[in-house]
Amino acid sequence: MIEQVAAVRAEAQTRIARAEDLDELKALSIELLGKKGSLSSLKSAMAGLGTVEEKKLVGQVLNEAMKAVESALEARQADLLNSELDERIRREAMDLTEFLQAPVRGRAHIVTQAWQRLEDVFIGMGFQIAEGPEVETDWHNFEALNMPPSHPARSMHDTFYVDHGAPGSTVLRTHTSPVQIRVMHSTKPPIYQVMPGRVFRNETTDSTHLAVFHQIEGLVIDKGITLADLAGTIEAFTKAFFGNDFGSRLRPSYFPFTEPSAEFDIRTPDGSWLELGGCGMVHPHVLRAGGIDPEEWSGFAFGFGIDRMAKERHGVSDVREMYTNDIRFIEQF
Amino acid sequence: MGMRVVHSWLADFVDLPEDPAVVAHLLSDLGLAVESIERVGSSVSGVVTARVLRTERHPDAAKVHRVFVDAGDGVERHVWCGAFNMQPGDIVPLALPGTNMPDGRVIEPKPILGIRSDGMLCSSRELDLGVDHSGIMIMSPDLALGVPYGEALGLREEIVYDLDVLRNRPEAFGHVGVARDLAARLGQPLSWVASPSFLESGSGPRLAATVEIVDGARCGRFTTVVLSGIRVGDSPQWIASRLTAAGMRPINNVVDASNFVMLELNQPNHPYDFDTLGGAGFRVRVGRAGESIVTLDDVERSVDEHTLLICDAEDRPIGLAGIMGGQNTEISDTTTRVVLETAWFEPWGIMKSVQHFGLRTEASARFERGVDPRGVEAGVARFVEILRATCPDLVVHEGWCDESSAHLASPTTVDVRPQRVGALLGRPFTADEISALINPIGFGVEKTDGNSDLLRVFVPSWRPDCTLEIDIVEEIARLYGYDNLGTSIPKSTLPGSLTPIQHRRRSLRDVLHGLGVNEAMPHPFLAEGDLARVGLPEEAVRIVNPLVVGDDVLRTSLRPGLLHAIAFNESHRRSGLAFYEIGHVYPPSTEVLPAEREMLGVIVGGADASHAVRMWREISSAMGWGARLDQSDIPAGLHPTRSGTLSIGKSSVGVVGEVHPAVLNALGISGRCAVLELDLSAMLAIEPKIAQWKATSRFPSADFDLAFLVPEDVPADKIDKSLRQSAGSLLAAIELFDVYRSEDLVAARGLGYRIRIQASDRTLTDAEIGAVRVKCIEAVTKLGARLRD
Repeated sequence: MIEQVAAVRAEAQTRIARAEDLDELKALSIELLGKKGSLSSLKSAMAGLGTVEEKKLVGQVLNEAMKAVESALEARQADLLNSELDERIRREAMDLTEFLQAPVRGRAHIVTQAWQRLEDVFIGMGFQIAEGPEVETDWHNFEALNMPPSHPARSMHDTFYVDHGAPGSTVLRTHTSPVQIRVMHSTKPPIYQVMPGRVFRNETTDSTHLAVFHQIEGLVIDKGITLADLAGTIEAFTKAFFGNDFGSRLRPSYFPFTEPSAEFDIRTPDGSWLELGGCGMVHPHVLRAGGIDPEEWSGFAFGFGIDRMAKERHGVSDVREMYTNDIRFIEQF
Repeated sequence: MGMRVVHSWLADFVDLPEDPAVVAHLLSDLGLAVESIERVGSSVSGVVTARVLRTERHPDAAKVHRVFVDAGDGVERHVWCGAFNMQPGDIVPLALPGTNMPDGRVIEPKPILGIRSDGMLCSSRELDLGVDHSGIMIMSPDLALGVPYGEALGLREEIVYDLDVLRNRPEAFGHVGVARDLAARLGQPLSWVASPSFLESGSGPRLAATVEIVDGARCGRFTTVVLSGIRVGDSPQWIASRLTAAGMRPINNVVDASNFVMLELNQPNHPYDFDTLGGAGFRVRVGRAGESIVTLDDVERSVDEHTLLICDAEDRPIGLAGIMGGQNTEISDTTTRVVLETAWFEPWGIMKSVQHFGLRTEASARFERGVDPRGVEAGVARFVEILRATCPDLVVHEGWCDESSAHLASPTTVDVRPQRVGALLGRPFTADEISALINPIGFGVEKTDGNSDLLRVFVPSWRPDCTLEIDIVEEIARLYGYDNLGTSIPKSTLPGSLTPIQHRRRSLRDVLHGLGVNEAMPHPFLAEGDLARVGLPEEAVRIVNPLVVGDDVLRTSLRPGLLHAIAFNESHRRSGLAFYEIGHVYPPSTEVLPAEREMLGVIVGGADASHAVRMWREISSAMGWGARLDQSDIPAGLHPTRSGTLSIGKSSVGVVGEVHPAVLNALGISGRCAVLELDLSAMLAIEPKIAQWKATSRFPSADFDLAFLVPEDVPADKIDKSLRQSAGSLLAAIELFDVYRSEDLVAARGLGYRIRIQASDRTLTDAEIGAVRVKCIEAVTKLGARLRD
């Protein structure tokens, strides 16, 4: 009987090795190990054996044979699964460079991108962000900023007037500075705010000038603020926004709403200077218009264009291109 | 406004560094920004004077002839020349072979008809001396031969700084004013000495031009002096050259002397031909309706009661005060007697007149900013001095007339606290330091009663801008040097941050970008008809003085701009685009300001209303917003059966749907346009509830599908709500997975829902699942729907 078992085992192993797919292997498994399988029938035939020792011996051989067949089945199954997976992997190969399609994400306008970068730098420097209306009263836009109706500096601002209220009383704000006045009225000092926004000038547009553009304005009012604090803040901003290899300087200038006034220039790493914006100590008349006692508090303000930041960063040669809303422009950034 | 400052002119008054770049840096640092440095009046090397000996035609050359010249070396030189305006004996400029001409040409001995040319004769234009190109430049007959033409003409190369002079620095419109700043910065005394008083310089017999200031509010001071023995002719070359470098055209010695004084001392003045003056005097008064005057630029100008006129004693207008003189009293070749006006006019009035006439002159630019009312005498003296150089017989007549009105400003003093100066500039300044800084620019500094805590500062009459302590603080900072003040950082204890509204605005942008929507920035001004074209009411605030005629409507909606962007891109064969704008609209109101609001507008080309609704769902879920969609309230300009209004409580906060097909037709947009608009002034102010965690169930969920036949007039929203209510707390998810319409279904559509229910504490039994299903069916059936087979 032992020889019989050995023969069945040998044949089973041969057939398992020859099984070509999982279905065949499954059928083979039933045939070999099932209740009616050849090894099972040898197991039932064992009852007819004589001695206990004989039964024990045959039983042992039979068990070994079953285990051997089982592991041969498992091994073959693993082989077949592997080759099936290999085959599938081969079959479903993809050329990943075939999948070119239009971008699906939307993009912020480059002016918004510059706007947010500026806000983030100033937030890092301890500033809050304030906003105000784009249509303003003459009082907020001019008079409170030390430009009474007869002030010659008004002619520097080519102002759009609108037909709201008394003639001449309502303007499209020519700068973000009226927000300074609104902030002073709404916030008790200390004030550390920047004010980005859209502004309007009745000027013919060209590659560097627009009638509608964007500015960011900064206002600091605290006890003991000095011109040196202004220079230091401008310097800190320059390094934070443009990089540590940039620098800044202040040059005397004139604005009605600040005194002393300055232009601030940025020194690029190649040593050249770019005029960036205007700044100065808040004029005592402006502090008073904002309801703040200039003997108790002092402050500085600064401002510059946002559009230019976007224009220079991305090398746009004509600022008007930024406002065509041409998708071929928008998609580039 | 710009001022051309001539280096050599400054050097009359201050010892300047040689390098113009160093001077420019000093000027910029003093607040006199140098826009550019130019070199003018340089001569072309290789061009010398030569005498024409004879000219000769060549039988085969029609357009050129042969000119034989002597360049001083006794050699007869031959040149071909295309101009025929010279005579034997004329002195002409000869460019020798090898000369680099200003236009880039190099003179070569190029033969014509086999005969070489030993150079080229030059026109004025070819030497950058003017525009004349009608012939060869004929020079003065007494010049030496063979000398560089520039030397022969007395041409001087001048370095010119183009200054941007600020509003508060009127004195910098004169070379002496600029030099005063430089001298102070360089630690030198200003080497300017006033010309000898004209009153003492050889007074002639009494001959006066009387003055009557009628409108004193517009004229603070008006002086006249009569000069005779004038011979009108050319100015000396050095004066002409300085005037030219400074951007003024030399005219004659009288006019040039007047301009010279203006540019040197910032003291505009006007010379009249005394013999053309009616009544030998002046009246200074405002104009009357119907009056007019022909100004020196040959333009007849009507005046009104806002125009200040200079009239003669017979009340005939002879000049626009402070702007331009009249033709009727102009200096001519035959003038022998001159009356010089030097006056102070009120700046605001001059500015209004300049705007009125659109006529800005060198004089008006100076009066507008304020000239030195006490510098008149020095100006007149310098005029006399300059003119005497060309008119040795000049006589200054007695009868100097000096009238002033109550509007002439008196000298200003300002109290200055050194402690305050230090507090604003960030470093202490003593009384002595302050004095040392600003005294050189003309500010007197005195301690009050020996008290060095309070200084009395005497403002020079050429600085009308300085009236407050802060004005003096600025002068101190300027002269000390902004760079020398150092830097410090204010110590803020406030945290930097966006406001909650600004945070939400940024989140909204992120959601929109994630939805594939690009930001557009259309123009906020609309043209007449733009609003009507998109079906919106035309009531709007208008710009009174638009830049482009017709572009005067302040937008009340973002829609026209966004639709324009869609149409523009479609015309460039880019369709199916999604644009948004976050921007302000400015509807009219009866308040102090228009009802300005921030809006979100989204337009998606080639997408229908369902896209708009899905965007709204996504945005509202991301932002924590909720609003009621009312399809019975059809927004203007939108598709009437595919749009609705979004409301919170009673107020409308937006619209969602599709653009009206008629609007799309009118704009030439093909396909549909999904639209979503939200009032961000309202929406961003909403503080969203912070999402609270709900435990996810560990027990199995069960799904069942329900397909209903729902009448078209019952919105799916109602079915959804009803299903949610019926499933109650067991509801895990609900999905509308099928919408079915067919001709077989009359006024109804099939809606298929998959409902997933789940308990948090147990596995649901079949009985429980069945009960929920029945409850759902019953509730939806009550809405008029029925379960499909």
